[in-house]
Amino acid sequence: MDNVELLSRIQFAFTIAFHYIYPPLSIGLGVCLVVMEGLYLKTKNKIYEELTRFWVKIFALIFGIGVATGIVMEFEFGTNWATYSRYVGDIFGSALAAEGIFAFALESAFLGILLFGWNRVSPRVHFLATILVALGSIFSALWIVVANSWQQTPAGYRIEGQGMQARAIVTDFWEMVFNPSSVERYSHVLIGAFLSGSFLVLSVSAWYILKKKHVVHAQTAFRIALWVAAVSALGQLFTGHKSAEVVTKYQPAKLAAMEGHFEKLAPADMYLMGWVDAKNQKTTGLKIPGGLSLLVHQDMKAPIPGLNSIKPENRPKAINFVFQTYHLMVAIGMTLIGLTLFSLFLLYRKKLFETRWLMVVFVYAVLLPQIANQVGWYTAEVGRQPWVVYGLLRTSDALSQAVKAEHVLISLILFTFIYVMLFGLFLYLLNKKIQHGPDVASDSETSSSRMNPSLIPLMSERATSKSEHAKD
Amino acid sequence: MDTFLGIDLPTWWFLLIGALITGYGILDGFDLGAGALHLFFRKEQSRRIALNAIGPVWDGNEVWLVIGAGALFAAFPLVYGTILSVFYLPFILFLVAIIFRAISIEFRGKEPMPWWHQLWDVSYCVSSIVIALLLGLVLGNLIQGIPLNANHEFVGRLRDFFNPYAGLISVTVLSLFMMHGAMYLLMKTEDRLYTKLTIIADNTSKFFILCFLAASNATLIYVPHMTAIFKNNPALFVLPMAAVLIVLNIRRSIEKRQYRRGFISSSITTALLLILFAMGLYPNLVLSTVDPRGHISIYEAASSDASLRTMLLFAFIGMPLVGTYTVFMFWTFRGKVKLEEHSY
Ligand code: HDD
Ligand code: HEM
Ligand code: HEM
Repeated sequence: MDNVELLSRIQFAFTIAFHYIYPPLSIGLGVCLVVMEGLYLKTKNKIYEELTRFWVKIFALIFGIGVATGIVMEFEFGTNWATYSRYVGDIFGSALAAEGIFAFALESAFLGILLFGWNRVSPRVHFLATILVALGSIFSALWIVVANSWQQTPAGYRIEGQGMQARAIVTDFWEMVFNPSSVERYSHVLIGAFLSGSFLVLSVSAWYILKKKHVVHAQTAFRIALWVAAVSALGQLFTGHKSAEVVTKYQPAKLAAMEGHFEKLAPADMYLMGWVDAKNQKTTGLKIPGGLSLLVHQDMKAPIPGLNSIKPENRPKAINFVFQTYHLMVAIGMTLIGLTLFSLFLLYRKKLFETRWLMVVFVYAVLLPQIANQVGWYTAEVGRQPWVVYGLLRTSDALSQAVKAEHVLISLILFTFIYVMLFGLFLYLLNKKIQHGPDVASDSETSSSRMNPSLIPLMSERATSKSEHAKD
Repeated sequence: MDTFLGIDLPTWWFLLIGALITGYGILDGFDLGAGALHLFFRKEQSRRIALNAIGPVWDGNEVWLVIGAGALFAAFPLVYGTILSVFYLPFILFLVAIIFRAISIEFRGKEPMPWWHQLWDVSYCVSSIVIALLLGLVLGNLIQGIPLNANHEFVGRLRDFFNPYAGLISVTVLSLFMMHGAMYLLMKTEDRLYTKLTIIADNTSKFFILCFLAASNATLIYVPHMTAIFKNNPALFVLPMAAVLIVLNIRRSIEKRQYRRGFISSSITTALLLILFAMGLYPNLVLSTVDPRGHISIYEAASSDASLRTMLLFAFIGMPLVGTYTVFMFWTFRGKVKLEEHSY
């Protein structure tokens, strides 16, 4: 591997991983905002309006960084992966262009109204803008994931030209869009985003509840987000399972790496956790014997092709890495299901907000979906190696010919420096906004006691603020 | 080859991408220009007003860049890869400036300390200037052509991009944006800031005319291939003539204090200059300075007809939508800027 390749890969992985901190939050928060503002329009309850305004400010911060880092991604295809750009332009380019025309334009035009339009348009038009921004971000995820899915499971194309001049040409647009993994992966990514966004709301709200600040607002927001999170967590198990089926069928090498399965053709176990010693081809850990065979073929004895059935030059290198990232994602997925279902149960028993240790857990749980999203991509992308387009184009052939290693080193250092600074500032400003809390009209905390609970569909537990105010 | 309304598909995409880049130049041009002027405003209040004049729209303007680049990628992948990788470091710097600019606008108002405001004001202004200069640098080099061998491989050196002609084009682009931005701000401001801007508009337009004359002459003398098409078809001379008239009209509007008119004229100027460039280029997208076989023509670089046709359909559905949002945005935020609780 030469230096341009290594550096370009590090740079791409670093910049996309950084970008991917923000989109899931934008998408997930967008959905929460639609619910909050919708409830406000429906009930005219000030609490929802104040919540919406508060979360819009946080949304703006996140969205801004998402946009700035996203533009880097788009250009990087040309700067660092020129050969790849030429190879997949016919396919990938159309998805990216569709994304720009249909999704980004929608998002950014209505973002202005969402942020600055409060006094300029009617509440209904404002709500429409909120919906359109949320929809825009959901669309933008669609096209980029379609493009990425095509790289994973190419379909609807033919190859034209030879050697370095070869390129993929679309033969059937819809077959390309609905390639074998698009639907599974898009739904999985989207739900992962809902989890990120809703857990941010849960975390901040739990923190307010613990600090006894903005309690009514916090409990209201917590309920909304808890429902979004619980439904999403269950959905994630389902779509994740679907993704695994696709991987089994189309990317046997990746599946074998995900479970550390080496034998040429043998029943495969499923690990709950473990360690892969790739050199000695040994995987040890806590396992369900025959579990993978059972899941895939409904038969514990069914053979599954292992890494040894694949030519050495076509195997992913970092097998233990793929194994660990995959298992971490699944473990987090299961944890989120347990956590949200348990909390719903407590909410039903009207004990949720008194269970302080659980609130502490929620404050930190915001990291879980973030980590799962990151390691999910590592599984998918590192497991795809050595191919950049699965089975067609090798990563090492995808580089820009004109670029020199020194130049990539310079850009990598620049991006590292800027992103570290940006992340620090982001955390600082986010923290500040959270400390500040929602701007509350003087009487709305007390007005909550006048609030008619039947007006608030998600409120199965009455706000406890009154008693807490008394304690203060 | 497939055609649509008698025009072949690669030519359609040449036109469409041209339109997108022009849209970007006109729209982001004014907010980049406003950014480049930012440090001329001394008072906190003025700076806030100037910032909020572009506040709700700059992100939407920048989307034209995203769409334009996406369209270039989609329609002419070979050119996308070639231009971006050949100008690797300039584009990386461009991206860095885009990031700094976005976060300066976003972060500035988040803290009350004067040094914090000053920090982001400087960053906002410098990044706006850097973006304009880099766009000009790339444009200037594309006008001259770049050293590509017969296989379209780059055989030059980075430092050759920093030549006097490209420098002149850079400064011209910056001066155009500054004038354009000044007139936009004049439409959005009142009172003392307005008075100050009248002087700025006056000076920047004089500066732009100087640059424009110098750049036109330099192009005639040093880049004859760009003007060959006019020598061959004298009727086309109306276009450069129109450009000159429009530029003069900018001065007239400024003298008469008709800034909306001036703004429209500078928008047309941007469009005309890009049209002139496109006419000099067509049917190529990138010219080689060392080997005519190195030129990249739209036919060689184009994606498949099927792909171009699908995307043309997208464009015909999507562009009116984008146009509608853009108009709706500007209409919603029409009128002079008033600072309020949601402002930056
Ligand atoms: C699952 C969703 C998702 C994924 C995998 C990606 N993005 Fe992203 N991107 C978004 C979801 C998103 C978003 C939600 O639409 C953004 C994030 C910030 C924001 O809040 O909008 C965005 C912003 C954004 C922008 C700026 C748009 C604007 O100006 O409004 C660009 C150019 C890209 N992205 C490009 C990319 C590229 C080239 C990617 C892959 C390599 C990529 N994104 C991965
Ligand atoms: C959906 C949009 C995406 C596309 C089109 C995409 C495409 C690519 C491309 C072109 C590369 C470089 C070539 C390579 O090294 O294989 C790459 C590598 C990589 N991507 Fe993605 N990617 C996407 C999203 C993501 C996300 C969201 C993440 C995670 C946060 C991610 C993580 C990585 C990593 C870690 C690598 C480096 C793998 C390696 O080099 O070993 N990708 N991807
Ligand atoms: C509950 C159990 C889960 C299972 C069984 C599961 C399964 C999978 C599989 C098999 C892949 C690889 C798909 C491919 O390479 O094409 C994947 C990728 C991914 N996962 Fe999960 N996952 C689970 C939970 C989660 C959670 C909780 C999140 C985030 C909150 C998440 C986020 C992602 C992301 C972002 C990717 C990369 C995109 C993709 O390839 O779809 N996953 N998951």
